Amino acid sequence: MSGWTSVLVGDPRADRMVPKTGFTVQLTVFSSAAMAFLAVFALALSLATERLADRWSAELARTSTLRISAPQDQIAAQTEAALRVLQTTPGVGSARALSDDEQVALLEPWFGPDLPVASLPIPRLIEIVEIGDGFDATGLRARLQAEVPGAVLDDHTRWRAPLVAAADRLRSLGYISLALIGGAMAAMITLAAQAALSANSQVIRVMRLVGATDAFIAGAFVRRFTLRAFAGAGFGAAAGAAGIFFLPEADVAGGFLTGLGFEGLHWLWPLAIPPLAGTVAFVSTRTAAIRRLKEQS
Amino acid sequence: MIELERVAYTYGGAELFADLSMTLAPGSFHFLTGPSGAGKTTLLKLCYGELIATSGMVRIFGQNTREMDRDQIALARRRIGVVHQDCQFLDHLPMAENVALPLTVSGRQEEADEYLADLLAWVGLSGQASQLPPQLSGGERQRAALARAVIMSPEVVIADEPTGNIDWEMSQRLLTLLVELNKMGKAVLIATHDLNLIRAAKTQVAARVLRLRGGQLQAAGSEL
Repeated sequence: MSGWTSVLVGDPRADRMVPKTGFTVQLTVFSSAAMAFLAVFALALSLATERLADRWSAELARTSTLRISAPQDQIAAQTEAALRVLQTTPGVGSARALSDDEQVALLEPWFGPDLPVASLPIPRLIEIVEIGDGFDATGLRARLQAEVPGAVLDDHTRWRAPLVAAADRLRSLGYISLALIGGAMAAMITLAAQAALSANSQVIRVMRLVGATDAFIAGAFVRRFTLRAFAGAGFGAAAGAAGIFFLPEADVAGGFLTGLGFEGLHWLWPLAIPPLAGTVAFVSTRTAAIRRLKEQS
Repeated sequence: MIELERVAYTYGGAELFADLSMTLAPGSFHFLTGPSGAGKTTLLKLCYGELIATSGMVRIFGQNTREMDRDQIALARRRIGVVHQDCQFLDHLPMAENVALPLTVSGRQEEADEYLADLLAWVGLSGQASQLPPQLSGGERQRAALARAVIMSPEVVIADEPTGNIDWEMSQRLLTLLVELNKMGKAVLIATHDLNLIRAAKTQVAARVLRLRGGQLQAAGSEL
């Protein structure tokens, strides 16, 4: 039988050769469950930041702002001139000047609700929505400089890039966390397997005496640890997924942290954690067992 | 079957024996005797590949043990039944499962159902099949170890002080079982201090007695 088939099918009589008692049972199940629980959150973090980066990137890439900073008596004329330029610029889908109320709303978080817009030298903002491949920002700036001297084009590049980079780094951290969790799980299961092999040296001696091969002896331990890790990870992943499911909705509380979770088919990802934990346990236990059996020969 | 040719074994810097030769032929019956610490158990372990000779050659079924890997040794052990002085059982398994271990590790578990009942009856342990090894008496454990040693119908049976922990009556019973095996064509090698056992055996079978002393293996004289 191949390694995986023998793990899944097993041999009840061979499995009985290794006593079931011992702290390594609890250690393996607990560490697998804890690591799977953490892995679900790391996975949710990675996927959420991926969505966030995509969203920020897409939203900010499709809009730009034109700011008209001119003496009060020229603002209206320059705004109209800028709108005319924009209407004839390829890649601009629409352009509109924000109303006084909209500008007050933008400033309200900093200046409070009763801002006297009319008495302040506030620039006029024009919101530009791009279409297709967008517009040529350099060319547009050149035209505006010639026709609307008070216009400053902000295509969001300056502050979109660090936001997307931050989201990308968060996503990378999530994946690094997943790798570290896998490594820590492998280390813990290896330690538990080595402890079990040491505690069962008499069992190994008897099995060798009666003609057991290394593969048979290792198999008895590998199967047990793999199944324990799989079961523990199943429990941990289910608990983690439940925890994510019951997090507050993003649109209720708002903010990034409340958007942590899975969407659509991403809910299937936690299902991959128990088999992955089983694979980690299979490889780490088999490596530890073969090495220990070689040392004991 | 098992040949030792000019074998030496050194342990912890001290030479336990040197230039030792011996052959176990099919159907032969050997006793190995000698003082404690002479190296009887070591010699037996060389015979079933648990130890590798420091020099010289040990051949098990024609294969040089020094050239065999662990799996080849394991496969050879399936053809050699070993009875240890301390029996070496898995204490968490019932006696019947312990007896069937060689079949289990060989992937022939289904044969256990076929042979086990007869084998346990042969060694007089039918009523103790479900008991755990610690629940058995010394004699019962020795007979269970013998049953485990022969369940694969091995070509050689090696026993290390099989009567060390049991009374005379039980020793006789165990000897009878070993003689029966020899009459079936199995080679038997028994390490023992028990001269009475050797004398009793010589009345039933043509046993050769080897004495290990001072690192030398000699045929024992007529005093036995």
